[in-house]
Amino acid sequence: MLSRVADSLYWMSRYLERAEHTTRLLDVNLNLMLDESPISAERRWQRVLQALGKPKNVEWTGEPYALTQTLTFDTENKASILSCIIAARENSRHVREQISTEQWHRLNSLYLQVTRPEIQSQRQSEALVQGMTHPSEFLQSVMEAVHQFQGVTDSTMNHGEGWQFIQVGRYIERACATALLLQAYHVDLWGHPERIVDGNEYLDWMGLLRSATAFEAYCKVYTADLTPDQIFEFLLLDEEFPHSVRFSIDSLQCALEKIQGDSGKVRAETLRRLSGRLQSSLNYSSVDEILSQDVLGYLGGIQAQCRAIHETIYELYVDYSIQAALAG
Amino acid sequence: MHPTQSSQFEHASLKNYLLDHAYDEMFTGLGDLHRHCEPLLEHFSALPSEELQRRKQAADLSFLNQGITFTVYGREEGTEKIFPYDLIPRIITAAEWATVEHGLTQRITALNLFLKDIYNEGRILDDGIVPREVVYSCKHYRRQMMGLQVPRNVYIAVCGTDLIRLENGEFVVLEDNLRVPSGVSYMLTNRRVMKRIFPQLFRSYNVRPIEQYTQLLLGTLRSLAPEGRPEPNIVLLSPGVFNSAYFEHAYLARQMGIELVEGRDLVTHDNVVYMRTTIGLRRVDVIYRRVDDDFIDPLAFRGDSILGVAGLFNAYRAGNVTLANAFGTGVADDKALYAYVPEIIKYYLSEEPVLKNVETYLLTRPKERQHVLQNLDKLVVKAVGESGGYGMLIGPQSTKAQQEEFAQKIEADPRNYIAQPTISFSRAPCLIGDELQPRHVDLRPYVLYGDKVTIVPGGLTRVALNQGSLVVNSSQGGGSKDTWVLSQ
Repeated sequence: MLSRVADSLYWMSRYLERAEHTTRLLDVNLNLMLDESPISAERRWQRVLQALGKPKNVEWTGEPYALTQTLTFDTENKASILSCIIAARENSRHVREQISTEQWHRLNSLYLQVTRPEIQSQRQSEALVQGMTHPSEFLQSVMEAVHQFQGVTDSTMNHGEGWQFIQVGRYIERACATALLLQAYHVDLWGHPERIVDGNEYLDWMGLLRSATAFEAYCKVYTADLTPDQIFEFLLLDEEFPHSVRFSIDSLQCALEKIQGDSGKVRAETLRRLSGRLQSSLNYSSVDEILSQDVLGYLGGIQAQCRAIHETIYELYVDYSIQAALAG
Repeated sequence: MHPTQSSQFEHASLKNYLLDHAYDEMFTGLGDLHRHCEPLLEHFSALPSEELQRRKQAADLSFLNQGITFTVYGREEGTEKIFPYDLIPRIITAAEWATVEHGLTQRITALNLFLKDIYNEGRILDDGIVPREVVYSCKHYRRQMMGLQVPRNVYIAVCGTDLIRLENGEFVVLEDNLRVPSGVSYMLTNRRVMKRIFPQLFRSYNVRPIEQYTQLLLGTLRSLAPEGRPEPNIVLLSPGVFNSAYFEHAYLARQMGIELVEGRDLVTHDNVVYMRTTIGLRRVDVIYRRVDDDFIDPLAFRGDSILGVAGLFNAYRAGNVTLANAFGTGVADDKALYAYVPEIIKYYLSEEPVLKNVETYLLTRPKERQHVLQNLDKLVVKAVGESGGYGMLIGPQSTKAQQEEFAQKIEADPRNYIAQPTISFSRAPCLIGDELQPRHVDLRPYVLYGDKVTIVPGGLTRVALNQGSLVVNSSQGGGSKDTWVLSQ
């Protein structure tokens, strides 16, 4: 497979995962906001921004719908949902002959849907800012479209090298996003263990779980009794939940091994070491252990390792030096 | 083009079908039609208007869903457009095709010999058949090609020659496209859609198949592999997703099962071309390039190009990689050189050209220039190095100011322009709204030259969809229709 093609498939997948994550964060928080006092709004939305990695030039101005508008439609903001969908579609356009017709149709329709002129028309934007129309419907439809795309990807595309790169993109993005999400919530949920639980805290915990589509899955494992430690354990270390960091890293590792099987293991030594180490540390850690140390540092460490994996993939498969390749 | 004879056909859908002096692809006169068109007209006349519209929509939808689009330059929004498609096929008889095929084979053979000659001994220049300065002043002449041995002596492996039909029905050559001719994917997809929408009609005619084109193209490319590369790695080199023909590049690569690459996917080392894959570098042997010479190697040609591959020309010179088409073939589709093609055919093959040229005035000749400047309102003026319908003046449809502007351009640089009479080329019935109306059409068959010359029976019929218009280019609002070559 051409390096450029692998790179495009990887980014297509990452951007879509990012779009889905941002969409869900907004949807969940707009929803919870309706139950909460305005006093907590500041904290809540600052946390959303933090969970999104503090996008450049995006500030909380005290107006949730304006912030939603920016995070959804502002193409100046490279992390907005619209920017991500445009970037995903652009990447897929470069590899159109490599993906299935169904995939192209689904992604192209989503693109056409979100870039429709009337969606972005002045009136619509203003209505959104003033909270006249609830944006939930729109956000829901975006999430559904991304899910559909993932569905047709899995059922219409060869599960060969290209598909594995799609997996790699999706899960590396997801692992980072979940780690970042836990980081953003850390101060509020785990920072003050002596604090007495009130109603708002419960909403916050639920919000955190919902932001990772984890509420129902959590309840199946731990019942509806939400406790911070269990939430942390679930989102970080659960083996079977698709948005947990551990599950994401397991899936990432699995896809990387398939790719390495095709390309020869010797070249991939560094990558194997990096991803294997991260996988093992998640597989053999206990939540108590992690919570007793510097949690923020730990979560930051996961993100740093993901970044290192990303860079190594790029150097190994996409931007390798010609001399190294000729020598190998 | 004013109708000289208005005719009232019986059928309601033909009430606005006006014949004029241009050749008509369906009718020979009032109420009379070419015999091979009878079943076609009958079939279409029998279809209720709603049914026709339904099938038209089905065809449009099919193109839309498949994303069969081209890119229009210079606009920010909606850059991907569907190429308009007309439902009424254009029919070419077996006898007509035999002439076309013979003529095109003769032409590509002679042009190949010409390219070999001018980049080697230059006999034709010594003998004064073609003036030296015409060749050397060509924008697309590549002196780097002098004395270079090209595999099998094939300079032009893929050629798309534009033909038009004169008033007497004779096919003549309007221009040759020897660099990176496009449109073949539309020929193939038009046929596919047509078969789906009118299966019975299609079956009732004995239409010769064209679907083998991609396999023939692959065979042609394979035959050009460098010595000692029995299983050559063939790739299609595209400028990328922003190119107007990107759909075609992706389509052909997929149909041939070869890799679609861009310049940044390729690297050269020790005069060998490699492509970057996830498992390392893989050697490339044959490149079907859809990138112009100018942009293909920043070391050899334009240094500011980011589409190309540095060092490609040296690898080519070393014989480690083959390009289709070869560098420097653009000399032979320079519009000023076009005027000499009949002489070129006679010189190399000692044969009379089967397909004539359109009469062409060379503006470097003072007498012809004088004539052209006095008759700008009647002639078509074209810039020699341009394509896609750009840089043109169509005399009868131009304003005084435009004529002035061209007169000045011609005076300033006569070598850069040619002029031709405004030809009323043939028209074919097209479905416009509810009715059939005649529109001007040309024909671009695709000629392949490897072990031998191969031409799939058919081509891209382009339609000037605007009434009275003579410009058929897709970038200028043209459309296309399926072209049927009958087997008997």
